[in-house]
Amino acid sequence: MSGTVHTATDQVKGTVPHPYHLVDPSIWPLCGAAAAMVTFTGIILAAHFRSFIVLGIGLLADFSVMYLWWRDVVKEARTPGLHKIVTQVGLRYGMALFISSEVMFFVSFFWNYFNYFFYPDKMGTAFAPVWPPQGITTIDPFAIPLFNTMVLLLSGTTITWAHHALLEDDQKNLVRGLGVTIVLGLMFLCGQAWEYTHSPFPFYHGGIFASSFFIATGFHGLHVIIGTLFLIVCFFRARAGQFTKERHFGFEAAAWYWHFVDVVWLFLFVCIYYLGRSAITAG
Amino acid sequence: MSITADDHALLAHGHHKKSFVARWLMSTNHKDIGTLYITMAFIGACFGGTLSMIMRQQLMYPHNDIITNGNTWNAIVTAHGLIMIFWFVMPALIGGMGNWFVPMMIGAPDMAFPRLNNMSFWFLACGFIFVLLGLFLDSGTGAGWTLYPPLDNAQYSPGVATDFSLFSLHLAGISSLLGAINFIATILNMRAPGMTMHKMPLFCWAILVTAFLLLLAIPVLAGAVTMLIMDRNFGTSFFEPSGGGDPVLFQHLFWFFGHPEVYIMILPAFGIISHVVSTFSKKPIFGYLGMAYAMVIIGFVGFVVWAHHMFVSAISTDSKIYFEVATLVIAVPTGIKVFSWIATMWGGSIEFKTPMLWAIGFIFLFVIGGATGVVLANAGLDQELHNDYFLIAHFHYVLSMGAAFAIFAGFYFWIGKMSGHQYPEFWGKVHFWTFFIGVNLTFFPQHFLGLAGMPRRYPDYADAFAGWNFVSSVGSVVSGLSTLVFFYVLYAVFTSKEKLADNYWGEGATTLEWAVPSPAPHHTFEDVPIIR
Repeated sequence: MSGTVHTATDQVKGTVPHPYHLVDPSIWPLCGAAAAMVTFTGIILAAHFRSFIVLGIGLLADFSVMYLWWRDVVKEARTPGLHKIVTQVGLRYGMALFISSEVMFFVSFFWNYFNYFFYPDKMGTAFAPVWPPQGITTIDPFAIPLFNTMVLLLSGTTITWAHHALLEDDQKNLVRGLGVTIVLGLMFLCGQAWEYTHSPFPFYHGGIFASSFFIATGFHGLHVIIGTLFLIVCFFRARAGQFTKERHFGFEAAAWYWHFVDVVWLFLFVCIYYLGRSAITAG
Repeated sequence: MSITADDHALLAHGHHKKSFVARWLMSTNHKDIGTLYITMAFIGACFGGTLSMIMRQQLMYPHNDIITNGNTWNAIVTAHGLIMIFWFVMPALIGGMGNWFVPMMIGAPDMAFPRLNNMSFWFLACGFIFVLLGLFLDSGTGAGWTLYPPLDNAQYSPGVATDFSLFSLHLAGISSLLGAINFIATILNMRAPGMTMHKMPLFCWAILVTAFLLLLAIPVLAGAVTMLIMDRNFGTSFFEPSGGGDPVLFQHLFWFFGHPEVYIMILPAFGIISHVVSTFSKKPIFGYLGMAYAMVIIGFVGFVVWAHHMFVSAISTDSKIYFEVATLVIAVPTGIKVFSWIATMWGGSIEFKTPMLWAIGFIFLFVIGGATGVVLANAGLDQELHNDYFLIAHFHYVLSMGAAFAIFAGFYFWIGKMSGHQYPEFWGKVHFWTFFIGVNLTFFPQHFLGLAGMPRRYPDYADAFAGWNFVSSVGSVVSGLSTLVFFYVLYAVFTSKEKLADNYWGEGATTLEWAVPSPAPHHTFEDVPIIR
């Protein structure tokens, strides 16, 4: 476009064979979208008619498609010559962009929280303008939440242990590091489950504090579950020796995702559990 | 490239002719997926357009009796808005033309993630089913496309229809998000050797900025819609004042998505117009870098002006002042775009082929819509005009004339490259002029109706508004008839036997898609071109 260019063919001065990975036709994208549609229909039916069959079918379909699709991806990645450097870089872009979008997803829940945290009068005139709202006893940040913070921070170091082991081609410590990280992730989830079941405020019709608390920590918990599943897949792939010192993007993506989940938790801990605590806390 | 999974039954296909199922239901080809998107956009446009014709028929005379149920009216308004945005403009510009031409223009054989690309399309198609369920189940979704609570809460919209509409936004949102990731990865990672960012065609810049807007705006909508769904079904109170919730918060979250969304719809249009204007003026685009970075600036500023949609909601005066000023700032980069298009034409050897007519029509009408936008950016004036027909006229000038004219400009510009057959020039021009007259007849009088105080979103009006409403409805009939001309153009294209040269526009067309045959081969660049 620099003024001197006149025709399209003028711009081209030669060609080189392309270094990209063009994939074969696949039915999984259609199945994946249909599975999501069934799942969403299932949620609506469950909410309105207390019928959970469609939701169950939808979730089963979701997981089946994920398994089958990613099985193809792993096979392709392990076929020599398909994932050249530029394809590997592309996958990095993809994962980084996906995590960016996830950050914005959590922005919406933090925005909701800060709307009342900074402007408690937005709860309306029926409520005293204080946060947390009057009558709410929050969870003691220095009980399970602090413990869970430590668990997640520790898991951040163990995944790095696994990563460095892999870079040294120490497969045994790679598997060990991954295993410990998975156990820590499950510990965190158990802590959250205990906290939810012993919460001093109810979820259903629990008012704006409960809503804000449960949606932010709940979606974080969901992401920990996803991250743990991702790590479990990596664990079995590592045991099968599929990660090499040079090529292990599947592992790296799981590690990125895990760190992202970790960082979200730190914000939750500081902003919701600590800054949003009531004078007297429970737990 | 065809030695992937051993157990994949479809291995044998590779370059050979694919079966219908393999080609259209399992596609991993950016051109076929682009065609699917354009087909979706065509269906969406016919459906959404029909809804608007029904509305204009009702409004042709005061106290008309085509739609007497207010709820039905609201459902039609809602479905028209959602369908035109998510199932017409976006799939036509981004999924359709973006998919077809971004890889070609940067010299890549396909998109970065071909299967993901296909899933984006199918998510959108599934979303369309949901939005139709939202229209036809129960008494339809009557909350408007902005879905403000309490209009769509469990008390006022108890049925499943609203849930289907909300989930249709989730499906369309996932579609857009995955598409955005794909476009960014493709553009940043797969440009041909020598194709630096500063040599990249403006359409690719437009899609790149659009994709970033989608990436960052869509998840916030997803969060807001999720909170709505939970309020409706699972006993939370995010937007329920009885539990301490704040309905205005939904408006903030919605418009934090919604304002970038309007740029998501118009930036790809800017890209197409740049190519068309440059091609038919036989000059390189004036101020190429300024044009590219104007879009980047519009993208940035587009994220910090959202509450100008909320001047009549409960926001403070200080907020209004900020959002008014920030909104007016956008006129600067937009001015750069418009003046650069005019400067491109200046002294050029202009050829008034059909795409150029649409492009000039775009510039003319978009400027009118932009000017009424400057009017509405003023919080004081907006207070008067926000809920009446002036606002309807404003955003239809930028969308129904801006975005839609760019879609037609792109269609006439590229249909030869996509199908291998040229459109009939005479009928293309007939289509343009009838549509130009039709939409102006429809929407220009709505400025007067708005200034006279006719409120929007009602199926009836006071007798005093009858005159211009009649004109407006006649305009919609003209646009409808004009669309029949377009159907004939499509028929002529697909029954044509005429062969086309690679670069059928000649010396003005300089981007890479003009260096390949018409129609473009299945995978464009098996050998990647090196750009000078």
